[in-house]
Amino acid sequence: METLFGLEYNVWWFLVFGGVMTGYAILDGFDLGAGALHLFLKKENSRRIALNAIGPVWDGNEVWLVIAGGVLFAGFPVAYAAIFSAFYIPFIIFMIGLIWRGVAIEFRSKEPGTTWRMIWDFIYSFASIVISLSLGLMLGNVALGLPLSEQHDFIGDWLSFFNPFSIMVAITTLALFMLHGAIYLAMKTENRLYTKMTLLAKSFTVFFVVALGLTTLYTLLYIPHLSDRIRSSSQYFVLPVIMFLAIANIPRQLNKGKYFNAFISSAVTIASLLAMVAIEVFPYLVYATNDAKNSITIENAASSLKTMKTLLLIAAIGAPLVAMYTSFVFWTFKGKVELDESSY
Amino acid sequence: MEIEILARIQFAFTIAFHYIYPPMSIGLGLILVIMEGLYLKTGNKLYEQMTRFWIKIFALIFGIGVATGIIMEFEFGTNWATYSKYVGDIFGSALAAEGIFAFALESGFLGVLLFGWNRVSSRVHFFSTIMVFFGSMFSAVWIVVANSWQQTPAGYHIVGEGLSARAEVTDFWAMVFNPSSVDRLLHVWIGSFLAGAFLVLSVNAYYILKKRHLNIAKPAFKIALLVATISSLAQLFMGHRSADGVSKNQPAKLAALEGHYDSTAVADMYLFGWVNNETQTTTGLKIPGGLSFLIHGDFEKEVIGLNAFNPEDRPTQVNAIFQFYHLMVAIGLALIALTLYASWQWRKGKLFDKRWLMSIFVWSVLLPQIANQVGWFAAEMGRQPWVVYGHLRTSDALSKAVSANQILFSLVLFVLVYSTLLVLFLYLLNKKIQHGPDDDPAPEPIGDGNKRINPFLKQS
Repeated sequence: METLFGLEYNVWWFLVFGGVMTGYAILDGFDLGAGALHLFLKKENSRRIALNAIGPVWDGNEVWLVIAGGVLFAGFPVAYAAIFSAFYIPFIIFMIGLIWRGVAIEFRSKEPGTTWRMIWDFIYSFASIVISLSLGLMLGNVALGLPLSEQHDFIGDWLSFFNPFSIMVAITTLALFMLHGAIYLAMKTENRLYTKMTLLAKSFTVFFVVALGLTTLYTLLYIPHLSDRIRSSSQYFVLPVIMFLAIANIPRQLNKGKYFNAFISSAVTIASLLAMVAIEVFPYLVYATNDAKNSITIENAASSLKTMKTLLLIAAIGAPLVAMYTSFVFWTFKGKVELDESSY
Repeated sequence: MEIEILARIQFAFTIAFHYIYPPMSIGLGLILVIMEGLYLKTGNKLYEQMTRFWIKIFALIFGIGVATGIIMEFEFGTNWATYSKYVGDIFGSALAAEGIFAFALESGFLGVLLFGWNRVSSRVHFFSTIMVFFGSMFSAVWIVVANSWQQTPAGYHIVGEGLSARAEVTDFWAMVFNPSSVDRLLHVWIGSFLAGAFLVLSVNAYYILKKRHLNIAKPAFKIALLVATISSLAQLFMGHRSADGVSKNQPAKLAALEGHYDSTAVADMYLFGWVNNETQTTTGLKIPGGLSFLIHGDFEKEVIGLNAFNPEDRPTQVNAIFQFYHLMVAIGLALIALTLYASWQWRKGKLFDKRWLMSIFVWSVLLPQIANQVGWFAAEMGRQPWVVYGHLRTSDALSKAVSANQILFSLVLFVLVYSTLLVLFLYLLNKKIQHGPDDDPAPEPIGDGNKRINPFLKQS
């Protein structure tokens, strides 16, 4: 197969997909996390500030999911078809969660009544939790692999998605997003709310470390093949090292009041975690647990070489553009939240 | 069969509901660009208040459009896995391009549009408005390209056979500029301008009737009327071009649109009528040979009829297609009449004196919406039984891993959620309309929901 800078095109596209998913997890991760801990805030004013902290950017963050979907559809249509039809029920619930969450953010401020706002606060927070959990659940199951037919169609039962490993991944995901969200909110708030957020961020660091530790222990004990590649070469150990240093750096930076550094640290945590997952699954996109021959790989799921090339060109033009206007928007709304007449 | 019907109902339902919103976003986007442009040019505060008001409405529409749009992107994978594998090489690149070039642009700048008033200069804000509008226009480009490829495939070849057959791109630009994409894109854009313009016309006609916010309502009405008049006339031309394209590329669909069965006969054009698919007859008020003239410029020439196709290769719901198509055309013509008459009254300076005319405009918001919906229904049902015209049958395109019960479950869920969304949308839209733009300091009568409290400022 043809290569570009020494890597095959489908490997490049695997990296692009991984990159977009990481971008999505880092960006939507903080606003999902902020949503998940929304009910920890009791005062109306605090909730408004928290909502407006993500207000101008959450929609742009969600675009990364759309891009990830397009990237998977275009580059690995077989994987796109298999994954979404396999995860039919969890994915429908995920999408209904996305709808309600978006609507709750938009609608909450449109009426002043306390009951109205309480209901939307609950929907917003509950939907954020459901979305994070179902993302984690699907990630866990993809990492484990699914039973697939020769045509790569899922042939299992959807209740099997609720296995201990995937449930633990789901909880770890939620913990990580809540940690990430708390740090983001600390970055955007002042005074008492800021203090509260730093305390929450520290609690969620503990929550996350415990969840991650248990999941890792479970993986090493019961699913040893999920760490095969990392064990095969000690060079890969640099990733867990980076991750744990990043986690340890979070309370340190928070104590110093350097919330942006803390935010970068939690982003690095997310990225290194996903990198480890990617290293373990590669070159599989979905491993077939019933018969390895039926697995979906970056070879048999890939689009034609021509499409791969076109797509890389699209990505090469598009990525700097997206980076440009994403940073423009974040720069426009940098600093602490100030409520004005256009706020939520 | 049951799975197929359920999956089709679900797709039709979710896409039809979704399609209420993006056309309004596109059309309203254009009008926002005009309004804010006028504000920048004249410095007149009225235009600023007008823009701010319509941006709030835009946010509401955009929000639901995004929420329901994300569903669409993944529904191909969940319900139409075989189709996804078949077209991924082609359709996927269009969707990826949509995400990167259009949606990211639109959603990124939306934040500045909504919350940036005090953060950026008015020029940068105007720039953001333009970018959001462009983003929504680009979105339509890629979606219509993907759909048009299904109608008139080009720039591809089929690889593999049977279950593993799929289409691969051979020429990207031939795929993008397939025979129908440009005509259909313009048709969709103009339909969207109409949807946005008539929303603005309707709300302002309501204010004019109620004698509220007159200093803002009248100029806003004129801006929208201008857009609506030009668009409805342009749509006549584009509609004709689209139909002409259908006659060349999808003759079975064209025959269904006019209920034309017999290939050896001249084809008539109906103003309205009824098709009986059993007896293969169409009755109604018609221009004899009208379709022949439209296609060939000759009233005597034959047009390919439905009977030229095997029964399994042509649409079965001929009457529905016929009715949807004719309703769209009728609405298109009505919009031309309405906007031309209103423009003529505007020239005479009597536009706002005619209360009956304003009443019609209040309700006219439904017309482009209906036309957009039924137009797509005719286009998509007319393509049946194919999902990719001539290559992949709808019945072969389904997900093999998904059962009828799962689809039924999600369909019920979508119906419940979307009905709630619609109610909430209309409730909040009405509230915003009743509240109106923040213009005159004089308080309005309380009692009909017109509290002058700005919920955005309230700290409770």
